[in-house]
Amino acid sequence: MLLTTLQPAYGIPAFARKYGLRCSACHEAWPMLNNFGQTFKDNGYQLGNERDAPIYQEPSYWPIMFRTTPVWHRENNNRQAVDAIPGQPSSGLVERSVTTSGFDVGGVDVITAGTLYNNISFFIQPSISNSSISLSQAWARLDRLARSHWLNLKLGRFELDEPISQERTLTLSNTGGLYYTYFFTPPGDNNFFQGIGLPQLGIELQGHSDDDSTRYSVAAVTDSNGAGSLPANQALDVYANFNQSFEVPRLGRQQVGVYGFLGESPTYFQTSGGGPIPGSGTGNRSFYRVGAYGHWYVDKFDFYTFFLHGYDNVFLGNSVPANQPALLPKGAAAPTWNGGFVEAHYNPNSRLIFLSRYELERMSRQANPFIPANAGNLDTWTIGYRWYPIMSPRAGLAWTQEYSRIINVAPTPVSGKDPIHNSYLMGLDFDF
Amino acid sequence: MGTTIKLICTGAILSLLWGIPSSAQESHVGKFVGNAKRGKALYVRYCVSCHGPDGDGRGESAPFLDPKPRDFTKALFKCRSTPSGSLPLDSDLYATISRGVHASGMPSWKPLLRQERVDLIAYIKTFSSAFQEEKPAAPVEIPMEPPTSAEGIQRGAQLYQSMNCWSCHGKDGRGHGPSASGLSDSKGNPITPFDFTSGPRFKCGSTDRDMFRDLVTGLDGTPMPSFASAMTTDQRWDVVHYLRSLSGHKTQPATAPTGQ
Repeated sequence: MLLTTLQPAYGIPAFARKYGLRCSACHEAWPMLNNFGQTFKDNGYQLGNERDAPIYQEPSYWPIMFRTTPVWHRENNNRQAVDAIPGQPSSGLVERSVTTSGFDVGGVDVITAGTLYNNISFFIQPSISNSSISLSQAWARLDRLARSHWLNLKLGRFELDEPISQERTLTLSNTGGLYYTYFFTPPGDNNFFQGIGLPQLGIELQGHSDDDSTRYSVAAVTDSNGAGSLPANQALDVYANFNQSFEVPRLGRQQVGVYGFLGESPTYFQTSGGGPIPGSGTGNRSFYRVGAYGHWYVDKFDFYTFFLHGYDNVFLGNSVPANQPALLPKGAAAPTWNGGFVEAHYNPNSRLIFLSRYELERMSRQANPFIPANAGNLDTWTIGYRWYPIMSPRAGLAWTQEYSRIINVAPTPVSGKDPIHNSYLMGLDFDF
Repeated sequence: MGTTIKLICTGAILSLLWGIPSSAQESHVGKFVGNAKRGKALYVRYCVSCHGPDGDGRGESAPFLDPKPRDFTKALFKCRSTPSGSLPLDSDLYATISRGVHASGMPSWKPLLRQERVDLIAYIKTFSSAFQEEKPAAPVEIPMEPPTSAEGIQRGAQLYQSMNCWSCHGKDGRGHGPSASGLSDSKGNPITPFDFTSGPRFKCGSTDRDMFRDLVTGLDGTPMPSFASAMTTDQRWDVVHYLRSLSGHKTQPATAPTGQ
């Protein structure tokens, strides 16, 4: 189960500074984009007015942004297996409710992005945590090929054109800060691919109508989960997304879309001295994630609905090398599952947003018939709000509070009951 | 009689209490009816940083913008289909919001819903009492465009000289005429003449008809006057074709009316 804090999402005040617009012009509530912001992004960070000057034309303008999130948070696991006598494993395990709390900071995101030249945009995002620096995204994009909105080519490490952006989620807590549906892996599965929520390395062709009401993207990515160095194998995976929005009188914008990720992952590696040789993954087996989604507005309310159907090949699902089929358990099958979420927002004004999310994952077929049918199932609830007391073309500051709860069907070794994790977070989220 | 008056008064009070919009707080573009209350929320979200909370063009970003944002309290609008000095039609404001104003900080807000753009217009009109006190004049007529010809362009070039267009826009149309440095808008802010060589888009549109219309209406609030009486229809088309030749782009086809 994923209980890690992801990189914080972002808004980009460097653009607000450049154009003199407030965060709210591009963000429903930052970092969540509205249609104007999405169009700006799809146009290669260009508004089409005289302030689109690429960075080389204005040496004094440095398109850089910093963001960090100092918070206080409390984490609780109601059924944590602990040694009966701390430090003595031989004392046996007992089950306790374990709570930790304290102040924290989610690292620092540095984003530089803009236009290198007319219709050539770029984005670089190093992330600094307490102990390391990583490169979340780095890409360049040729915009408006053949002078058409419909042809834009991106190369590098980038966030897939996700239906609902993981990078721009409004939630920050340990248990509520990510869309589990994007990352779900069945019990016993060792698919190298970890989900559509991670930035990927590859190339993307994207296009859209003038007002962004119709959009598509097709990406070919290497099977590396966006990590650098060599990919796991030599296969190219494909991701595609299409959405269409339309205006409904008295309600607002409505959007529907479909997406799919089709790929192959290695089931074993060539080895040297027993250790895997990077990039030599072989015995590829297929997997896919497909689904549909919608974004619905009812005046100041809006809600996302998202559905995913997942499939992993039987060898991936059972963590068995494809060259050793005899290792498959009797009755083994390709695991399949369904997942999704509903996320609702109430946005009374541009400085305040309330949110709630319910997300669930349901196994429909286990890879190993001896695994309980419901193992791996997941239910999460998240509620919270974000208030933006400072919102200017120079900086933004949000006060955020959030509570999240997750029940995972993964019985503890002591009582055999499912653990419940609770997470509470409050703090500041600011960028400049 | 007394009962009738009471009913009328009660109705009026209820209308105020319930915020039923008066026509001055509405806008009409095609089938869409804009509402100022909804428009205000959109204005705060999208427009306030440049045009300011009072609509006077003094938003927090205004000092960094050139040209300065429009002051809605003056009810002077550059891009109109109505004669010089007249209020714009709602459809004019809609077109400006949708298209943006080229060579300024004003982007195209076409990604907003049509209803949202019409709501914004309703709110923008509340900044000036002129919209309650006056009616916009009828839009100017734009006759059929004659074919472009070398002779027409030549005549347009001569008119460009004789009408002193060059004194602001420069002899080569790049906006560097001898008067350019001293120009200011109606609020005294320095303003730069348009550079006709900058591309196919003009200030208030990209078609020849847009350019023709600008010559008739002038750009209110700027030094650009109306040439409604100073030139004949044929002469205006000649000037349009000459300016189009400066842009290095072919004639742009006219676009269909928006918001319908």
